[in-house]
Amino acid sequence: QSLQRCCQRSALLIVARRQWSSSSVSSPPLHTRLLLFLTQRFYDVEMLLSWGSQLRRRGIQKKNVYYGYTQKLYGSDIAAAYYILSLKGGFRYVGQPEWFRANQRGKFNWDFLKHKDTPLEEVNMSYTVINYTGLGNLEGQKSLRTLSLRGCPEVDDWFLARLHIFQDSLEELDISHCPRITTAGLAALRNLKGLRRLDVSSLPGISSPGLVVILLEEMLPQCQITATGYDHSLRQEKGERMEEHMEGQR
Amino acid sequence: MSTWRRLHVKVRTTHGLLTSRWETQRHTWQYGHLALCQNLSTGRPLRNDFFKDLEAQLAAMRKKASDALPGSSWSPLEITPNLPPERADIVIVGGGVMGWSIAYWLKQKERVRGGVKVVVVEKDPKYSQASTVLSAGGIRQQFSLPENIHLSLASADFMRNINEHLGVLDEDPIDLQFNQSGYLFLASEQVAHIMEENYSTQRYAGAKVSLLSPTQVKEKFPWINTDGVVLASYGLENEGWFDPWTLLNAFRRKAISMGVIQCCGEVTDFKYTTNVMTTADGDEVDLRRIKSVKVQMPNSLEYQPVECAIVVNAAGAFSAKLTAMLGIGFGPKDSIGGIPLPVEPRKRYVYVVHCPDGPGLDSPFLIDYSGVYFRREGLGGNYIVGRSPEEAEEPDTSNLEVDHQFFEDKVWPNLASRVPVFEKLKVKSAWAGFYDYNTFDQNGIIGMHPLINNMYFATGFSGHGLQHSPAVGRSVAELILDGNFTTLNLSGLGFRRILANEPMLEKNIV
Repeated sequence: QSLQRCCQRSALLIVARRQWSSSSVSSPPLHTRLLLFLTQRFYDVEMLLSWGSQLRRRGIQKKNVYYGYTQKLYGSDIAAAYYILSLKGGFRYVGQPEWFRANQRGKFNWDFLKHKDTPLEEVNMSYTVINYTGLGNLEGQKSLRTLSLRGCPEVDDWFLARLHIFQDSLEELDISHCPRITTAGLAALRNLKGLRRLDVSSLPGISSPGLVVILLEEMLPQCQITATGYDHSLRQEKGERMEEHMEGQR
Repeated sequence: MSTWRRLHVKVRTTHGLLTSRWETQRHTWQYGHLALCQNLSTGRPLRNDFFKDLEAQLAAMRKKASDALPGSSWSPLEITPNLPPERADIVIVGGGVMGWSIAYWLKQKERVRGGVKVVVVEKDPKYSQASTVLSAGGIRQQFSLPENIHLSLASADFMRNINEHLGVLDEDPIDLQFNQSGYLFLASEQVAHIMEENYSTQRYAGAKVSLLSPTQVKEKFPWINTDGVVLASYGLENEGWFDPWTLLNAFRRKAISMGVIQCCGEVTDFKYTTNVMTTADGDEVDLRRIKSVKVQMPNSLEYQPVECAIVVNAAGAFSAKLTAMLGIGFGPKDSIGGIPLPVEPRKRYVYVVHCPDGPGLDSPFLIDYSGVYFRREGLGGNYIVGRSPEEAEEPDTSNLEVDHQFFEDKVWPNLASRVPVFEKLKVKSAWAGFYDYNTFDQNGIIGMHPLINNMYFATGFSGHGLQHSPAVGRSVAELILDGNFTTLNLSGLGFRRILANEPMLEKNIV
């Protein structure tokens, strides 16, 4: 694979030299010159890209760190609440009707500190960067009933396996639009026997959605499963029928 | 009739001779030699061919002339490609998941770029007999030795963040297809107390397991027949099965991208120096130091001696051959040199069965107290079934042929009694693989041998090598580069227990 890159590099260099060695006076436009400049510094670009991805990963890890200090000062419920708010999620306490949320900029109301030692009942972490380690902040919540993880880019199969900590209390789970969940991870939902509503719509990672939904329904008989956004059309079957036709003719 | 046939044969052989001579003549032609050759009615006029291909001939002549001049990469001496380098720092014998894991971790932990030159020698690039790719691919934390539990936990952590560790820029992210379905161990009355002890060890070490009573098992998995089951141990997290080939290739790709040299060949000999020392009791001990490793190329008599500083034995089922080359096991009976490496290959069968009404998506990796195990494979009602045979009925290890009678006699009855739905099933296919079976206590051997100064062992895992491979690779790299274990203390799995004859047996129910 590095050989491929070398060939591409040398091809581009040859192209570059040919362009510059030709007698036509006009130099190539700015973006072409920039790209050629970058191709000649391939390893530097590779290093910069890997640094970029490492920094991004470290940023996500920092957001999902364990809020031990807050827990020592205020207790695990307030720590969980603070964690959810700092990731721009929302939650609702047990017995309280109003939701606490952070706005687009990340600013939130500090009123949630008033309710000490009240466990959380509903948590909405849609479109946040919560991941496996971040779930450790929510570990002590024994009365969590609703968890919404719609469109979270870091939620993967291991995260689903760790959801067993809520196996007695969780009733509603929404994991639609999460790109990293695969069929193998959906098997981890077997522990959540109290689940009543499950939303697995538009998961790009699962290969045969119709079959998987049927198996999920068998696995969780009391649960109502919503699975929209899948293309259950028979287009593939038509291709197979054509192949059979050809083989029959042969 | 026969005379015609003989003439035919003669013509054909002379045709063959002619064509080869024709080739040599094409080589010598450009230097102006027009040797005479006997034209034996092959029907091909020579001169016409020459003038027709004039262009090609002239081009070939020009190419050969430019090759002969200095500055070209052609040389008359044929150099075998893919020979290992003449010198390396660390030679890892064995290219399975264990060997490549050690190679990756060595490169990960070197403090300077290009600090250690690592060569991995694998005798079979198709992995036809390697234990890694033929395994069922399960990982569990339900062991009784704390070291094993920690190794499994660390390996599960590694696999959770596998893209962070083994991701290569611009390549696809790694998909291990890790099925998080957990293991379910069933215990009868006699072994229930062992299971309870193991449960407390496992929870203390940090594994997420839960104990279930027979009624709870029946509630969770109604397809199990709970007769004779007194207790069950169920893994909640970090347990399941995955694709071993993906893990092997991920390690290999990342290690090669970091500069590890891969070599296809077989280690046939070692050159070592012996240093004779006397112990306090007056016994003489031979301390050996390996100077170079002789790597034989496949299908040829050619070999390359690789001078090295450290050799790592990760050869799996075939590790005992390497130590035999060094004379371990052939010393006087009651000395350390007389104890051979207790690792031998044992054949295990795996059968793929199809049962349309079988357990669904939530079926765990079920292991019964009789030794039968099964797990789900894919979504189409296929299951992988197997059983460890008794000591007395170990199958022959000279080949990898599958014994289907074993399935009929030993596996199916137990399986059908435990899971009644499996009475109606069909065997789709089967394969056999080797365990690198540690005959001493069925646990891995990690560390140095006291009599060989520079050989490290990472073998003898008896069926759980794959699930421990990332963590073991890290520990061996720590031993080599840091001198001691830093993250996990695996000194209990060293050679000392074999030489002192203190087996660390797994108090498993199976």
